[in-house]
Amino acid sequence: MQEVTVQPGAAPPLRLEKKTRSSELKKRLWRNKWLYVMLLPGVLYFIIFKYLPMYGLIISFQNYKPYQGIFGSEWVGFEHFKRLFTEPEFFNILWNTIVLFALNIFIYFPIPIILALMLNELRGNFFKRIFQTLVYLPHFMSWVIIVSISYVMVTMDGGIINELLSYFGFEKINFLLSNGWLRPMYIIQVIWREAGWGTIIYLAAIAAVDPGLYEAARMDGAGRMRQVWHITLPTIRGVIITLFILKIGHVLDLGFEHVYLLLNSMNRQVGEIIDTYVYTAGLRQGQFSYSTAIGFFKSIIGLIMVMLVNRISKKMGEEGVY
Amino acid sequence: MVEDRSISGRIYAAINFTLLALIALITVLPFVHVVAGSFTTSAELAAHKFVLIPRIWSWDAYKFIFSTNTIFRAMGVSIGVTLVGTLFSMFITSLMAYGLARRDLDGRNVINFMVVFTMLFTGGMIPTFLVVKELGLINTYASLILPSAISAFNMIILRNFFQNIPEGLEESAKIDGCSDFGILFKIVLPLSMPAIATISLFYAVTYWNTYMSAILYLDDSTKWPIQVLLRQIVVLASGMDHSSTLDGTVPPPDQTIKMAVIVVATLPILMVYPFLQKHFAKGALLGSVKG
Repeated sequence: MQEVTVQPGAAPPLRLEKKTRSSELKKRLWRNKWLYVMLLPGVLYFIIFKYLPMYGLIISFQNYKPYQGIFGSEWVGFEHFKRLFTEPEFFNILWNTIVLFALNIFIYFPIPIILALMLNELRGNFFKRIFQTLVYLPHFMSWVIIVSISYVMVTMDGGIINELLSYFGFEKINFLLSNGWLRPMYIIQVIWREAGWGTIIYLAAIAAVDPGLYEAARMDGAGRMRQVWHITLPTIRGVIITLFILKIGHVLDLGFEHVYLLLNSMNRQVGEIIDTYVYTAGLRQGQFSYSTAIGFFKSIIGLIMVMLVNRISKKMGEEGVY
Repeated sequence: MVEDRSISGRIYAAINFTLLALIALITVLPFVHVVAGSFTTSAELAAHKFVLIPRIWSWDAYKFIFSTNTIFRAMGVSIGVTLVGTLFSMFITSLMAYGLARRDLDGRNVINFMVVFTMLFTGGMIPTFLVVKELGLINTYASLILPSAISAFNMIILRNFFQNIPEGLEESAKIDGCSDFGILFKIVLPLSMPAIATISLFYAVTYWNTYMSAILYLDDSTKWPIQVLLRQIVVLASGMDHSSTLDGTVPPPDQTIKMAVIVVATLPILMVYPFLQKHFAKGALLGSVKG
């Protein structure tokens, strides 16, 4: 303040500069007006279908009644969240979700890496391409198709798997209607659909490895396995970590569709996860606010997990995902 | 990799090849089984269990499923939603991607952040359902398209692709008096055909596979797309679930009929698969370029 009054002559040009800057901005905005017109539909889409629902999360603090609307419904504070943590049912669902997530991380996650390494060892592009064509295919099938094909194969009445079991003298197994088989079926279907497709990104990373490194390693007497262990794996480490973070971020996002399609009254005990429970409680039973609270809880955990893992990976000297 | 001609190297390669061949076989075998099973009679399927190549060929299952118009109707819905949805999505996605690809645009970072944030945090199923309901979209085909019209992922892939087009091209077009829309449609899009093809196919596959939107937003079973109908037909037979469809007049479908419906629902994907394959790896990698 002092200095400004001491040198009054300095102020006007400063103001002038500001003025020209803002008029420059106006000019730029006007020049780019058609670009903003182009952005408009997209921005509207994100506001209406992504940000309005985020705003709608406030109904988890209300007793939302469809006829009263967001503005007319009664406020109940953290009531629904309290209910969440006192209901034993919720912990069962949380546990089911965590188990499926753990299967994804510990069983599914390494498979595309191993496949990519194996594929990289394959000589000749011809076989490589045939293999890729075949294993990428299931990725483009809907979960409905994947689950339906599994269904006709494992059903008790005439499914080929059960027919083979009985042909070889084993008991038939009711895969579809048992608590014990839901999780194995889930993870097998995930592997079937996604493992092949999952190799793409690793293959690209492997292709970027400097061939001279292999040459040098061979000179030093390293076998194929050692080359993979000491050269290929370390170079694709960054990609592995990035994909791992993304996977963790989707910790509770196991795909509503897939699990919902596997569910029935006989395996709900182990199969009901947060996503399917939100659907059942919210849309089937009309508990809008309570199920929104559950969904909210899930989204928050997901966000926290991504930020956490991202920070850890940055501390470890890796690039984060954002 | 350079070939290793030692004995251990050959054994290693042989084992690796065999394992991969087995994996590929296991991956496609279920599809082959279902296709083969759909082209035989139920008696044949029941009598000779492992049908990879049926001894008796038959169109019975297909004749049966096409005897009512249920399948035709559902296929029609799916084809319509896929065509309209893909066009609409591509249109607004490329407009947005192009706007955000221009580095001189004020507010670009804010909008970019707005898009990326939706990949990390969402309002979830129920609030989205309420928005769709408030907009009066329940029981309309638009509910299968609008709520998922732009995939943030696809938009970012396309934006990155546009960003790599040399700016000089756009500038010289501008000097020649070309408008922003002109630049997009006459210069940028024609130069981006590989990316456009990839993203279109991604969208088309997503629309064809639409299931969740349909069960959330459509109560009217005459509007069901093929995926929902497929689910009903496959599950209906063993009485595993509650609801039933197929107009309630049809006897529970047997294995061959279920297989035929699976094939019908899968066929369009198989038909575009060669095109998909040409582009998809490239597309998936474009996506790995960080935004």
